[in-house]
Amino acid sequence: MPDALTPQTSAIHARGLTKRFGKFTAVDGVDFDVAPGEAFGFLGPNGAGKTSTMRMIGTVSPVTAGKLTVFGLDPAHDGPAIRSRVGVVPQADTLDNELSVLENLIIYGRYFGLSWSESRRRAVELLDFVQLTERSGDQVEPLSGGMKRRLVIARALINEPEMLLLDEPTTGLDPQARHLLWDRLYRLKQRGVTLCLTTHYMDEAEQLCDRLVVMDKAKIVAEGSPRQLIERYVTREVLELRFNREDDAEDGANARDGRSSAGDLAGDLADADAAAVAERAELERQLEGLAERIEHLPDRLLVYTADGDATAAAAFERGLHPASVLVRRASLEDVFLRLTGRSLVE
Amino acid sequence: MAALESPASAREGLSGRLGGAGGRGGPASHPSLRQFEHDMLVFRRRWHSYLLSGFSQPFLYLLSMGVGLGYYVNKNGSLPGGVPYLDYIAPALLVTQAMMAASFESAWPILGKIMWEKTYQAALNTPVGTTNLLAGDLMWIAFRAILLSVLFFVVILLFGAVSSPLAVLAIPVAVLTAMAFAAPIVAFTATQKSDQPFNMLFRFGITPLFLFSGTFFPIQNLPLAIQPLAWVTPLYHGVALARSFSLGQIDPAADAVHLAVLCAFAVAGVIAARITFRRRLEV
Repeated sequence: MPDALTPQTSAIHARGLTKRFGKFTAVDGVDFDVAPGEAFGFLGPNGAGKTSTMRMIGTVSPVTAGKLTVFGLDPAHDGPAIRSRVGVVPQADTLDNELSVLENLIIYGRYFGLSWSESRRRAVELLDFVQLTERSGDQVEPLSGGMKRRLVIARALINEPEMLLLDEPTTGLDPQARHLLWDRLYRLKQRGVTLCLTTHYMDEAEQLCDRLVVMDKAKIVAEGSPRQLIERYVTREVLELRFNREDDAEDGANARDGRSSAGDLAGDLADADAAAVAERAELERQLEGLAERIEHLPDRLLVYTADGDATAAAAFERGLHPASVLVRRASLEDVFLRLTGRSLVE
Repeated sequence: MAALESPASAREGLSGRLGGAGGRGGPASHPSLRQFEHDMLVFRRRWHSYLLSGFSQPFLYLLSMGVGLGYYVNKNGSLPGGVPYLDYIAPALLVTQAMMAASFESAWPILGKIMWEKTYQAALNTPVGTTNLLAGDLMWIAFRAILLSVLFFVVILLFGAVSSPLAVLAIPVAVLTAMAFAAPIVAFTATQKSDQPFNMLFRFGITPLFLFSGTFFPIQNLPLAIQPLAWVTPLYHGVALARSFSLGQIDPAADAVHLAVLCAFAVAGVIAARITFRRRLEV
């Protein structure tokens, strides 16, 4: 379906979209289309270029190169017209601590050119929608993180937008708050609002997104529905094996003896690394032919396979004795780790 | 929420109500007025404290310096033309109070909107643009200067420290002086990543100006080498102009120069602020 989209029929249409800050390239020639009414996600580690992309779509950050249209309009010339039809939930709450909860919404409606009475009417309705009615006269500062997020979502809806841009909408929220937010976003989607969001939570992407792109190092590295991505990049199931490492016990003993000077410690670590590499090679040899792919995590081994139970049985037959065995369905997280690598991105 | 059910109706509903931004027809309110409205909404929450300090400050200053210190100054009769000291410093204090308040409003609160609370970021996600935000906040700073100056003038009248009906013109002079400081400081604020430089600005810029711009004594009393410094600062010109009106001692040529300098600082500041706002907020 997305292939049939043209700049005129897309909610968002990007070709070779690029954002540079001086010599640093934040977004490097990405192509994507978002259909009206679709829930579209940008998934990626920190610094992948998600927020820069969202800011260009929101017309608050000028496009460096490439093509971008939003509702068929050019952000460079039609910024105010585009913004009047978009609701934005930025990463930071950006609420006004000098104003009450209700005033925050009303004045935001005024920025969109609503009359005071219309803005107040919508503000009251939206506070009900995000379950903040009883806090409407309160100051913003004492609200919990989840309440502030809900208020920001209500604020983003004051202009009755056709599209919502949400930049990490649930980062830092507790599970209850996240589920309440997801429910509200789902309802908006039901009403035909296009959702465009960034996240690094895989469950959020699977819950909310019809389609998503994975971004890494300023580029799009994969695109599809959550299910398509899992089928394309990982196997149906994952077998997780944990082993008790013998050298863990030794390290502990050394530390207790107090004989580990800095030099010794570095030597020990090097030894441990060498041992781990050897151990990995040994495990991979033992699992040869049983799995499509193997990932080593610090604490466990992920074995990608179509049938986790069968692979586990075969591994036992070959004499492997893991401390624990877990078979699960492959998730978007596996796709994400496969595509963006396991190293921590800061 | 009705329009949310169908994007098409949301579009129609909005385009009818949207303001001038984006070339659509709409209500009378200009986008720049919306930021001013925002500031007025905040002001509405604490107008009483503004009012209280707006009255008490001039009262304390005029009483201590004008009346108290003035008693000794007047005894020597050393001011040109035998002007009472209270009458001499009243218009100067009126101008400096407006200037100080405007300078403060142009520093911390603006930086907060840019980088602490980031409310500019929220506003920029609406049809409003960076220049609208700048214009709206400058309007608020001017409004506050007007409010302070009017209150100050009322207190001056209570002290009977005016010699001419022209004295009322000290109010617009004070507001213009306030903006001659506010606009360049706002421009500077938009380039800052922390509030540290503000302490320097006030300690080594604003406060010395307050003391040495002909506020409390004629700049002719300053060392000859320093006098030209006073001429290039807008406060000196604001004080001199307000005083000439207040004392009814009009000097058309000198007053025209004072006015021109104040306007030049304000206009240059606005132009600079437009540039620095864009550089900071449109990245």
